Amino acid sequence: MKRYSFLELAKNAFSAHQNWGRQWRSPEPKSEYDVVIVGAGGHGLATAYYLAKEHGVRNVAVVEKGWLGGGNTGRNTTIVRSNYLWEESAALYNHAIGLWQGLSQELNYNVMYSARGVMMLAHTVHDVQVAQRHIHANRLAGVQNEWLSPEQAKDYCPPLNISKDIRYPVMGAALQRVGGTARHDAVAWGYARGADDMGVDIIQNCAVSGIRRGADGAVEGVETSKGFIKAKKIGVVAAGHTSTVMDMAGVRMPLESYPLQALVSEPVKPAFPCVVMSNTIHAYISQSDKGELVIGAGTDQFISYSQTGGIHISNHTIDAICELFPHFRRMRMLRNWGGIVDVTPDRSPILSKTPVQGLYVNCGWGTGGFKATPGSGHVFAHTIAKDEPHRINAPFTIDRFRTGRLIDEAAAAAVAH
Amino acid sequence: MLLVYCPYCGVERPETEFSCGGQAHIARPVDPSAATEEDWVNFLYMRSNTKGVYVERWRHTHGCGRFFNAVRNTVTDDFLSFYKAGEPMPDLEELAKEAGK
Repeated sequence: MKRYSFLELAKNAFSAHQNWGRQWRSPEPKSEYDVVIVGAGGHGLATAYYLAKEHGVRNVAVVEKGWLGGGNTGRNTTIVRSNYLWEESAALYNHAIGLWQGLSQELNYNVMYSARGVMMLAHTVHDVQVAQRHIHANRLAGVQNEWLSPEQAKDYCPPLNISKDIRYPVMGAALQRVGGTARHDAVAWGYARGADDMGVDIIQNCAVSGIRRGADGAVEGVETSKGFIKAKKIGVVAAGHTSTVMDMAGVRMPLESYPLQALVSEPVKPAFPCVVMSNTIHAYISQSDKGELVIGAGTDQFISYSQTGGIHISNHTIDAICELFPHFRRMRMLRNWGGIVDVTPDRSPILSKTPVQGLYVNCGWGTGGFKATPGSGHVFAHTIAKDEPHRINAPFTIDRFRTGRLIDEAAAAAVAH
Repeated sequence: MLLVYCPYCGVERPETEFSCGGQAHIARPVDPSAATEEDWVNFLYMRSNTKGVYVERWRHTHGCGRFFNAVRNTVTDDFLSFYKAGEPMPDLEELAKEAGK
């Protein structure tokens, strides 16, 4: 792999940037791999990267129905934070924060991680109590989070409307300074380039149509649109389509797939310094480095694989944004889209072995998987390589729905769902 | 926004009048004390999450307030049928075939 550096940039400037090499190959599948990852989103590519890098498992293929990073990785609102309530979640998401901080250097690829702070607003007495409970729990778990008065919140984010006469006045906010945003595409591309360099085959436009199991029940490989690929181990990282893929191996999942929408405005000059989220009035907003306001809404109420949501959901979000940030009222929205998010009953992910020998699953990230990408790939690679979970993802089994040891983060996402 | 038909009111109304109640025809174990752990896991948590023709419950929250069932294609979001709670599940393959015509 040619390392990107200032020298390379200068050298390529002389040939008008026409001679940059390709970032990854486009190989045909081999007949057999040690590990096949289903789904080339951020989590799947990160898994392949850490399998190769940390565990020396390089005979790996990542098969992808569409193009890499084209699902929820390319559709989310790029928010990074770790202020979850329970210790299990805080450990998982904080593990990711640790990796985010050095990720650009690690991958030699600018993922544009920007710790600009994530501020979560409280609008009711109940909100205030819940937010403060979160803050205390976080600080005990070693996760950075602090309480701001409305005036301090406005200091941190000047566009915020803290007047007392709006429908849901701001009564305070929880601020995680280490939270922020990252460039979603660059995360997928950086991991793809790194994994490819270590010998991982990324096979795009290759849909999985079946999972073959042997007489002993263990996996033998995947049937794909490019033929059968033999595999000792299979990791399913298929987000909204996890239920359908796991169905091929005869494993039922506690998942439901909902449409989740986001939208961006026309690009403007820097006008918004941080990320602001509000559970109560269902909205979150930040400004991308390109200048667009990136706005996220809640999920639709029904399951769907259509990658579109109802326009009334986005409308509701825009109403909330306009009340909190009145100076955005005349902004025009440029694009709006939907992704399919797989939601578990307790709103915590599943990173787990399965009842099928050699089959592993990483799913259930619901409305907030992007933030966990590096941590998720890191511990899932460990789970596949060692055939046992990493200390951090040990609580996130499928089995918790039988034992009752749920990790109830229903209030942890940006929007109550 | 979906248009939902309430079989009790006999009218089609915008989705915002309704709330979706998730997968239909999931029966609570008849004899709870005899049900195994597996039965409870299936009843409480496991869902078919079907990509395709799917049966779900809806409630006319801002109308008559009653629950009913609907058949919907989760790929296109088209409704194929609505029927009252307690009525048997229609033949899904038949419905899909008709809708395909």
